[in-house]
Amino acid sequence: MINQSIDGFLHPNVSKSVDQIFVNGKQWLLSLLSSLTGAPVWVIQVASSLINILALLAVFLTLFALMSVLERKILGRIQNRYGPNRVGPFGLLQPLADGIKMLIKEDIVPARADKLVHFLAPILIAAAAILALGIIPYGRNMTPFAIDGGILFFFAVGSTTELAVFMAGWGSNNKFSMLGAMRAIAQMISYELPLIITVLPVVMVVGSLMPDRIVAAQAGYTFGFVPRWFVFTPWGATAFILFFVSGLVESNRTPFDVPEGESEIVAGHMTEYSGFKYATFFMAEYIGMFAITGLAATLFLGGWHSPLSALEFIPSYVWFFAKLSALLFVYIWLRGTLPRTRIDQIMNFAWKFILPMSFTCFIAAAVWHYAGRGLRGWLWSFVVIAIIYTALSMLLDTRRKFAPRVYRFAE
Amino acid sequence: MSSAAAVIIAILMLAAALAAATLQKLMHATLSFAAALVGVAAFFFLFSAEFVGLVLVFVYIGAVAVLIVFTILLTRRDVGNDRGVNWGGAFLAVAVFGGLTLAILKTQSVTIVAPHIRTLTVKRIGEALMTSYVWPLLCVGLLLTAALIGALVLVMEEKR
Repeated sequence: MINQSIDGFLHPNVSKSVDQIFVNGKQWLLSLLSSLTGAPVWVIQVASSLINILALLAVFLTLFALMSVLERKILGRIQNRYGPNRVGPFGLLQPLADGIKMLIKEDIVPARADKLVHFLAPILIAAAAILALGIIPYGRNMTPFAIDGGILFFFAVGSTTELAVFMAGWGSNNKFSMLGAMRAIAQMISYELPLIITVLPVVMVVGSLMPDRIVAAQAGYTFGFVPRWFVFTPWGATAFILFFVSGLVESNRTPFDVPEGESEIVAGHMTEYSGFKYATFFMAEYIGMFAITGLAATLFLGGWHSPLSALEFIPSYVWFFAKLSALLFVYIWLRGTLPRTRIDQIMNFAWKFILPMSFTCFIAAAVWHYAGRGLRGWLWSFVVIAIIYTALSMLLDTRRKFAPRVYRFAE
Repeated sequence: MSSAAAVIIAILMLAAALAAATLQKLMHATLSFAAALVGVAAFFFLFSAEFVGLVLVFVYIGAVAVLIVFTILLTRRDVGNDRGVNWGGAFLAVAVFGGLTLAILKTQSVTIVAPHIRTLTVKRIGEALMTSYVWPLLCVGLLLTAALIGALVLVMEEKR
């Protein structure tokens, strides 16, 4: 009550009510429902889940629309041109126009395609992508579905995407589709391993597979100003970079967009899809990207915690989406900057560099834990990572092998 | 409500399993097999063994089903054009089913006194794996490593 006169916004109650506005809104809606209809408890539970699902879909489909236009605009700026600026103010209504175009396009199914599998593939891939969003804590008390093995759920659902990509490629009965699907599965399986192994140190240090606990473990500040996010430890920083790169591969983004390389195999597994089915694939790809960046923010960037204690009056969900947007911007930036890699480069990188480094993170996290989690642990885990990194880079150095190129499969 | 869900899941799972055994195209059979595995996972979820269900989805759909699909693609196309009734397989299936049924029927009436089952958390599974089951776990790990190295040796090209 004393601080109230200084600044109304800094008052804990005001900040808290803004922070919990969505949670309280949902509670109010549910209590309204139960008092108006007198529905039994399980109806209220179902209604609560439905509200969560609707909120999730509304937020992320809006984000998808926004992202599709912002990506084109940022890419335009990187390439020294304007990007979409005709539809609506600053071209912001472009996704609406695109959506209408996609909806009224003809849906073509190839005559020789396997109709059922061809039809089911986009549905399965979109369902898997959206399900993965459910376990991420978007703010204080704002996890749509808080389950015990949340991290495991994320990867279990994500692994069904491979089967869906495969169904798309095989069901289309087209050589380009098949090749694209094979490439996609090869690189997705290779990078799923480091993706999971880089998550393990976090799970080990926190002692829980539940995303909420992982976020809670990153609360507080060392020396009063450095947040206790895992990205500020040596193993956390390494794991974060490896996780980010693996996530880039999993979502088939540009330096690793071999499965749908336009100049090589038309559009990969999506070649035979048109109209709204193609849009569904596109949407699933973006939603998968949101999910993997959201998980990266949760695991390493402290989830919804604010970077400075002085900034804690800003609601938690604002911080989460700020971190999400920052990571998504890096995705776009990389797309505008890097050329496409070859499939053998991707595979070599995965098995010879990323996999040993992710195991190193695991060991470094153990060293950090047993050296007391303080400055000493910080230094020791840094030493471990530095030694392995140097050894690996000396081992994998190919500079001395410069010689005329030898073609093995073409003359 | 739980038993109704169990019956519905069982029907869907058995239908998918039957489809996996009888469908003409191998690829369709594989996809139905994956659907049947989803049914098994749903059972685990229904009986609140979340962890086992999730691992099942993760390993069997994410890895095993994809592996089967790869195997089908990398082998010859004309395999499986005439899939007659495999009498040996049918006999084996009936024998296994009969044996299991017999064993279940001969078992003394399973008196479940409903012990206070603690909820199966991930932590408890981890503790069990790291204390009482540590040797089996290490043996399985060794076996898998040996299999992995063997596979690598098989496909390695000789550089001479």
